[in-house]
Amino acid sequence: MSLGILGTKLGMTQVFDETGRAIPVTVIQAGPCTVTQIKTKETDGYTAVQLGFQEVKEKALSKPEIGHLSKANAKPLRHLREYRLADVAGFALGEEIRADRCIEVGQIVDVTGNSIGRGFAGYQKRHNFGRGPMSHGSKNHRLPGSTGAGTTPGRVYPGKRMAGRMGNERVTVKKLTVVRIDPDRNIVLIKGAVPGKPGTLVSIAPSNLVGRQK
Amino acid sequence: MNAQEVIRSIEAEQLKSDLPVLYVGDTVRVGVVIQEGGKERVQPYEGTIIAMRNGGINETVTVRRVFQGVGVERVFLLHSPRVANIKVVRRGKVRRAKLYYLRQRIGKATRIKERFDRKK
Repeated sequence: MSLGILGTKLGMTQVFDETGRAIPVTVIQAGPCTVTQIKTKETDGYTAVQLGFQEVKEKALSKPEIGHLSKANAKPLRHLREYRLADVAGFALGEEIRADRCIEVGQIVDVTGNSIGRGFAGYQKRHNFGRGPMSHGSKNHRLPGSTGAGTTPGRVYPGKRMAGRMGNERVTVKKLTVVRIDPDRNIVLIKGAVPGKPGTLVSIAPSNLVGRQK
Repeated sequence: MNAQEVIRSIEAEQLKSDLPVLYVGDTVRVGVVIQEGGKERVQPYEGTIIAMRNGGINETVTVRRVFQGVGVERVFLLHSPRVANIKVVRRGKVRRAKLYYLRQRIGKATRIKERFDRKK
Protein backbone atom coordinates (compact mmCIF):
# COMPACT_ATOMS: atom_id res chain seq x y z
CA MET A 1 0.00 0.00 0.00
CA SER A 2 2.69 2.48 -0.91
CA LEU A 3 3.53 4.43 -3.98
CA GLY A 4 5.79 2.82 -6.55
CA ILE A 5 7.32 4.09 -9.74
CA LEU A 6 7.18 3.00 -13.37
CA GLY A 7 10.27 2.48 -15.46
CA THR A 8 11.88 0.82 -18.43
CA LYS A 9 14.31 -2.01 -18.01
CA LEU A 10 17.59 -1.10 -19.74
CA GLY A 11 19.72 -4.18 -19.09
CA MET A 12 22.08 -5.72 -16.60
CA THR A 13 25.63 -5.09 -15.45
CA GLN A 14 27.60 -5.37 -12.23
CA VAL A 15 28.87 -2.89 -9.69
CA PHE A 16 31.41 -3.27 -6.89
CA ASP A 17 30.38 -2.51 -3.32
CA GLU A 18 32.67 -1.00 -0.68
CA THR A 19 34.08 -4.40 0.30
CA GLY A 20 34.92 -5.13 -3.33
CA ARG A 21 32.24 -7.71 -4.03
CA ALA A 22 30.72 -7.66 -7.51
CA ILE A 23 26.95 -7.22 -7.29
CA PRO A 24 24.78 -8.11 -10.30
CA VAL A 25 22.37 -5.25 -10.95
CA THR A 26 19.54 -4.42 -13.33
CA VAL A 27 19.59 -0.89 -14.68
CA ILE A 28 16.12 0.69 -14.82
CA GLN A 29 15.15 4.05 -16.26
CA ALA A 30 12.58 4.92 -13.58
CA GLY A 31 10.32 7.85 -14.15
CA PRO A 32 9.73 10.70 -14.18
CA CYS A 33 6.05 9.83 -13.82
CA THR A 34 3.07 12.16 -13.77
CA VAL A 35 0.07 11.91 -11.46
CA THR A 36 -2.77 11.52 -13.94
CA GLN A 37 -5.66 10.71 -11.60
CA ILE A 38 -6.36 10.67 -7.89
CA LYS A 39 -9.05 8.28 -6.77
CA THR A 40 -10.84 9.07 -3.57
CA LYS A 41 -13.36 7.29 -1.39
CA GLU A 42 -16.14 9.68 -2.47
CA THR A 43 -15.70 9.39 -6.22
CA ASP A 44 -14.38 5.85 -6.69
CA GLY A 45 -15.00 3.94 -3.46
CA TYR A 46 -11.32 3.49 -2.75
CA THR A 47 -8.16 5.58 -2.64
CA ALA A 48 -5.40 5.29 -5.23
CA VAL A 49 -3.02 7.32 -7.34
CA GLN A 50 -2.68 6.74 -11.07
CA LEU A 51 0.72 7.39 -12.59
CA GLY A 52 1.53 7.92 -16.26
CA PHE A 53 4.88 7.13 -17.80
CA GLN A 54 6.75 7.46 -21.10
CA GLU A 55 6.02 10.45 -23.24
CA VAL A 56 4.78 9.71 -26.77
CA LYS A 57 3.49 11.63 -29.76
CA GLU A 58 -0.09 12.76 -29.53
CA LYS A 59 -1.13 10.67 -32.55
CA ALA A 60 -0.12 7.49 -30.70
CA LEU A 61 -3.05 7.88 -28.32
CA SER A 62 -6.78 7.80 -28.84
CA LYS A 63 -8.98 10.83 -28.21
CA PRO A 64 -10.45 9.42 -24.97
CA GLU A 65 -6.93 8.80 -23.65
CA ILE A 66 -5.85 12.34 -24.49
CA GLY A 67 -9.04 13.64 -22.88
CA HIS A 68 -8.26 11.71 -19.71
CA LEU A 69 -4.70 13.05 -19.59
CA SER A 70 -5.76 16.62 -20.29
CA LYS A 71 -7.68 16.64 -16.99
CA ALA A 72 -4.31 16.44 -15.27
CA ASN A 73 -2.67 18.81 -17.77
CA ALA A 74 -0.29 15.95 -18.57
CA LYS A 75 1.63 15.39 -21.76
CA PRO A 76 0.63 12.36 -23.91
CA LEU A 77 1.79 9.30 -21.94
CA ARG A 78 1.85 5.69 -23.06
CA HIS A 79 1.47 3.77 -19.81
CA LEU A 80 -0.98 4.35 -16.97
CA ARG A 81 -0.76 2.34 -13.76
CA GLU A 82 -2.50 2.66 -10.44
CA TYR A 83 -1.10 2.31 -6.92
CA ARG A 84 -3.58 1.85 -4.09
CA LEU A 85 -2.73 4.00 -1.12
CA ALA A 86 -4.25 4.43 2.33
CA ASP A 87 -4.02 8.19 2.05
CA VAL A 88 -3.90 10.30 -1.10
CA ALA A 89 -3.49 13.66 0.61
CA GLY A 90 -0.30 15.31 -0.52
CA PHE A 91 -0.70 14.39 -4.18
CA ALA A 92 -1.75 16.91 -6.80
CA LEU A 93 -2.97 16.26 -10.34
CA GLY A 94 -0.18 16.71 -12.87
CA GLU A 95 2.52 16.46 -10.21
CA GLU A 96 5.82 14.96 -11.29
CA ILE A 97 6.95 11.89 -9.32
CA ARG A 98 10.60 10.91 -9.35
CA ALA A 99 12.28 7.74 -8.13
CA ASP A 100 13.73 9.27 -4.96
CA ARG A 101 10.24 10.07 -3.71
CA CYS A 102 9.08 6.42 -3.78
CA ILE A 103 12.18 4.40 -2.96
CA GLU A 104 15.51 4.86 -1.24
CA VAL A 105 18.87 3.12 -1.39
CA GLY A 106 18.97 -0.14 0.54
CA GLN A 107 15.20 -0.54 0.54
CA ILE A 108 13.54 -3.89 -0.20
CA VAL A 109 11.30 -3.61 -3.27
CA ASP A 110 9.09 -5.75 -5.49
CA VAL A 111 9.51 -5.43 -9.25
CA THR A 112 6.60 -6.29 -11.52
CA GLY A 113 6.68 -6.70 -15.27
CA ASN A 114 5.86 -8.97 -18.18
CA SER A 115 8.17 -11.96 -18.54
CA ILE A 116 9.91 -12.85 -21.80
CA GLY A 117 7.50 -14.64 -24.17
CA ARG A 118 8.57 -18.18 -25.05
CA GLY A 119 5.85 -18.87 -27.59
CA PHE A 120 4.31 -22.35 -27.80
CA ALA A 121 6.58 -24.28 -25.46
CA GLY A 122 6.73 -28.01 -24.85
CA TYR A 123 6.50 -30.03 -21.67
CA GLN A 124 10.15 -29.87 -20.66
CA LYS A 125 10.49 -26.12 -20.97
CA ARG A 126 7.04 -25.17 -19.71
CA HIS A 127 6.54 -27.58 -16.80
CA ASN A 128 9.99 -29.05 -16.18
CA PHE A 129 8.96 -32.57 -17.21
CA GLY A 130 11.72 -35.11 -17.55
CA ARG A 131 12.53 -36.44 -20.98
CA GLY A 132 12.66 -39.97 -22.37
CA PRO A 133 15.80 -41.86 -23.41
CA MET A 134 17.42 -40.36 -26.50
CA SER A 135 18.81 -43.68 -27.80
CA HIS A 136 18.58 -47.50 -27.51
CA GLY A 137 15.62 -47.57 -29.90
CA SER A 138 13.55 -45.13 -27.89
CA LYS A 139 11.24 -42.89 -29.84
CA ASN A 140 9.95 -41.15 -26.71
CA HIS A 141 12.21 -38.12 -26.59
CA ARG A 142 10.17 -35.13 -25.46
CA LEU A 143 6.70 -36.63 -25.17
CA PRO A 144 4.49 -36.04 -22.10
CA GLY A 145 3.82 -39.68 -21.11
CA SER A 146 0.40 -40.60 -19.77
CA THR A 147 -2.22 -37.88 -19.37
CA GLY A 148 -4.42 -39.93 -17.04
CA ALA A 149 -6.34 -43.20 -16.51
CA GLY A 150 -8.40 -45.04 -19.18
CA THR A 151 -12.12 -45.67 -19.53
CA THR A 152 -12.71 -44.41 -16.02
CA PRO A 153 -12.80 -41.36 -15.94
CA GLY A 154 -12.67 -41.37 -19.77
CA ARG A 155 -11.40 -37.83 -19.95
CA VAL A 156 -8.36 -35.76 -19.11
CA TYR A 157 -8.74 -33.90 -15.83
CA PRO A 158 -8.79 -30.12 -16.01
CA GLY A 159 -5.51 -28.52 -15.05
CA LYS A 160 -3.42 -31.30 -16.61
CA ARG A 161 -0.09 -29.73 -17.45
CA MET A 162 0.45 -29.69 -21.20
CA ALA A 163 2.33 -27.80 -23.89
CA GLY A 164 1.18 -24.28 -24.71
CA ARG A 165 1.93 -20.60 -24.61
CA MET A 166 4.61 -19.74 -22.10
CA GLY A 167 5.89 -16.44 -20.77
CA ASN A 168 4.71 -12.89 -21.57
CA GLU A 169 2.70 -12.88 -18.36
CA ARG A 170 2.74 -10.60 -15.36
CA VAL A 171 5.49 -11.66 -12.97
CA THR A 172 6.51 -10.08 -9.68
CA VAL A 173 10.00 -10.61 -8.31
CA LYS A 174 9.88 -9.93 -4.60
CA LYS A 175 12.39 -8.63 -2.08
CA LEU A 176 15.05 -7.12 -4.31
CA THR A 177 17.41 -4.51 -2.90
CA VAL A 178 17.84 -1.01 -4.31
CA VAL A 179 21.58 -0.54 -4.83
CA ARG A 180 21.77 2.98 -6.20
CA ILE A 181 19.51 5.84 -7.31
CA ASP A 182 20.70 8.52 -9.70
CA PRO A 183 18.10 11.32 -9.40
CA ASP A 184 19.66 13.45 -12.15
CA ARG A 185 19.36 10.79 -14.83
CA ASN A 186 16.35 8.98 -13.29
CA ILE A 187 18.27 5.72 -13.11
CA VAL A 188 17.77 3.05 -10.50
CA LEU A 189 20.03 0.05 -9.93
CA ILE A 190 18.37 -3.00 -8.41
CA LYS A 191 20.22 -6.07 -7.24
CA GLY A 192 19.27 -9.17 -9.20
CA ALA A 193 17.22 -9.85 -12.31
CA VAL A 194 13.79 -8.44 -13.12
CA PRO A 195 11.18 -9.80 -15.55
CA GLY A 196 11.24 -9.11 -19.27
CA LYS A 197 13.67 -8.02 -21.93
CA PRO A 198 15.35 -4.62 -22.05
CA GLY A 199 12.68 -2.10 -23.03
CA THR A 200 9.82 -3.59 -21.06
CA LEU A 201 7.72 -1.62 -18.62
CA VAL A 202 8.42 -2.48 -14.99
CA SER A 203 6.92 -1.21 -11.78
CA ILE A 204 9.12 -0.81 -8.69
CA ALA A 205 7.17 -0.68 -5.44
CA PRO A 206 8.26 -1.04 -1.81
CA SER A 207 7.77 -4.59 -0.59
CA ASN A 208 4.85 -5.39 1.66
CA LEU A 209 6.84 -7.01 4.44
CA VAL A 210 4.83 -8.95 7.02
CA GLY A 211 5.98 -10.24 10.37
CA ARG A 212 8.53 -8.80 12.71
CA GLN A 213 11.08 -6.54 11.05
CA LYS A 214 14.74 -6.96 11.82
CA MET B 1 20.92 8.28 -24.46
CA ASN B 2 20.12 4.70 -25.34
CA ALA B 3 20.18 1.73 -23.00
CA GLN B 4 23.68 0.53 -23.83
CA GLU B 5 25.17 4.00 -23.37
CA VAL B 6 23.57 4.31 -19.93
CA ILE B 7 24.95 0.94 -18.86
CA ARG B 8 28.38 1.77 -20.22
CA SER B 9 28.44 5.07 -18.35
CA ILE B 10 27.68 3.23 -15.10
CA GLU B 11 30.48 0.77 -15.76
CA ALA B 12 32.90 3.51 -16.80
CA GLU B 13 32.98 4.88 -13.25
CA GLN B 14 34.51 1.63 -12.02
CA LEU B 15 36.78 0.66 -14.89
CA LYS B 16 40.48 0.88 -14.07
CA SER B 17 42.54 2.83 -16.58
CA ASP B 18 45.96 1.83 -15.29
CA LEU B 19 45.84 -1.89 -16.05
CA PRO B 20 48.88 -3.25 -17.90
CA VAL B 21 48.45 -5.01 -21.23
CA LEU B 22 48.24 -8.71 -20.40
CA TYR B 23 48.63 -11.73 -22.63
CA VAL B 24 48.04 -15.41 -22.10
CA GLY B 25 51.29 -17.06 -21.05
CA ASP B 26 52.58 -14.09 -19.06
CA THR B 27 53.83 -14.53 -15.53
CA VAL B 28 52.16 -11.90 -13.36
CA ARG B 29 52.21 -10.77 -9.76
CA VAL B 30 48.73 -9.83 -8.53
CA GLY B 31 48.27 -7.81 -5.35
CA VAL B 32 45.15 -9.15 -3.66
CA VAL B 33 43.47 -7.10 -0.94
CA ILE B 34 42.59 -9.36 1.98
CA GLN B 35 40.94 -8.45 5.23
CA GLU B 36 41.89 -10.06 8.50
CA GLY B 37 41.09 -8.82 11.96
CA GLY B 38 39.51 -5.64 10.64
CA LYS B 39 42.73 -4.71 8.86
CA GLU B 40 43.40 -4.62 5.15
CA ARG B 41 46.62 -5.73 3.57
CA VAL B 42 47.82 -6.62 0.09
CA GLN B 43 48.98 -10.16 -0.48
CA PRO B 44 50.93 -10.96 -3.62
CA TYR B 45 50.03 -13.95 -5.76
CA GLU B 46 52.33 -14.91 -8.60
CA GLY B 47 51.60 -17.31 -11.44
CA THR B 48 51.04 -17.85 -15.14
CA ILE B 49 48.00 -16.52 -16.99
CA ILE B 50 46.39 -19.58 -18.54
CA ALA B 51 43.12 -17.98 -19.68
CA MET B 52 41.60 -14.55 -20.24
CA ARG B 53 38.01 -13.49 -20.64
CA ASN B 54 37.07 -10.13 -22.09
CA GLY B 55 33.84 -8.47 -21.09
CA GLY B 56 34.28 -4.85 -20.15
CA ILE B 57 33.85 -4.60 -16.42
CA ASN B 58 33.60 -8.38 -16.19
CA GLU B 59 37.10 -8.93 -17.60
CA THR B 60 38.94 -11.77 -15.85
CA VAL B 61 42.26 -13.58 -15.95
CA THR B 62 42.92 -17.08 -14.65
CA VAL B 63 46.30 -17.30 -12.94
CA ARG B 64 47.83 -20.74 -12.25
CA ARG B 65 50.70 -21.59 -9.98
CA VAL B 66 51.94 -24.80 -8.41
CA PHE B 67 52.17 -24.40 -4.65
CA GLN B 68 53.73 -27.20 -2.58
CA GLY B 69 53.02 -29.66 -5.38
CA VAL B 70 49.39 -28.66 -5.62
CA GLY B 71 48.10 -26.73 -8.63
CA VAL B 72 46.22 -23.56 -7.64
CA GLU B 73 44.16 -21.51 -10.09
CA ARG B 74 42.60 -18.21 -9.17
CA VAL B 75 40.27 -16.18 -11.33
CA PHE B 76 40.70 -12.43 -10.86
CA LEU B 77 38.13 -9.81 -11.82
CA LEU B 78 40.62 -7.28 -13.16
CA HIS B 79 38.49 -4.21 -12.43
CA SER B 80 37.58 -5.30 -8.91
CA PRO B 81 38.82 -3.15 -6.01
CA ARG B 82 40.12 -6.36 -4.46
CA VAL B 83 42.81 -6.52 -7.13
CA ALA B 84 45.05 -3.75 -5.83
CA ASN B 85 47.73 -3.99 -8.50
CA ILE B 86 48.95 -6.31 -11.21
CA LYS B 87 52.51 -6.47 -12.56
CA VAL B 88 53.94 -8.40 -15.48
CA VAL B 89 57.02 -10.30 -14.35
CA ARG B 90 57.77 -12.18 -17.55
CA ARG B 91 56.28 -12.33 -21.05
CA GLY B 92 55.63 -15.86 -22.31
CA LYS B 93 55.62 -17.23 -25.84
CA VAL B 94 52.65 -19.53 -26.37
CA ARG B 95 50.56 -20.66 -29.35
CA ARG B 96 47.20 -21.16 -27.63
CA ALA B 97 44.59 -18.79 -26.23
CA LYS B 98 43.88 -21.15 -23.33
CA LEU B 99 46.73 -23.03 -21.65
CA TYR B 100 44.60 -25.71 -20.03
CA TYR B 101 47.16 -28.30 -21.18
CA LEU B 102 49.41 -27.10 -18.35
CA ARG B 103 47.09 -28.82 -15.89
CA GLN B 104 48.20 -32.21 -17.16
CA ARG B 105 51.88 -31.38 -16.87
CA ILE B 106 54.23 -31.27 -13.94
CA GLY B 107 57.70 -29.98 -13.26
CA LYS B 108 59.92 -28.99 -16.16
CA ALA B 109 57.17 -29.60 -18.72
CA THR B 110 55.20 -26.60 -17.40
CA ARG B 111 57.91 -24.16 -18.41
CA ILE B 112 56.93 -21.51 -20.96
CA LYS B 113 59.47 -19.93 -23.29
CA GLU B 114 60.09 -16.26 -22.68
CA ARG B 115 59.55 -13.71 -25.41
CA PHE B 116 61.37 -10.42 -25.53
CA ASP B 117 59.49 -8.44 -28.20
CA ARG B 118 56.75 -7.26 -25.83
CA LYS B 119 57.30 -4.59 -23.23
CA LYS B 120 56.93 -5.62 -19.62
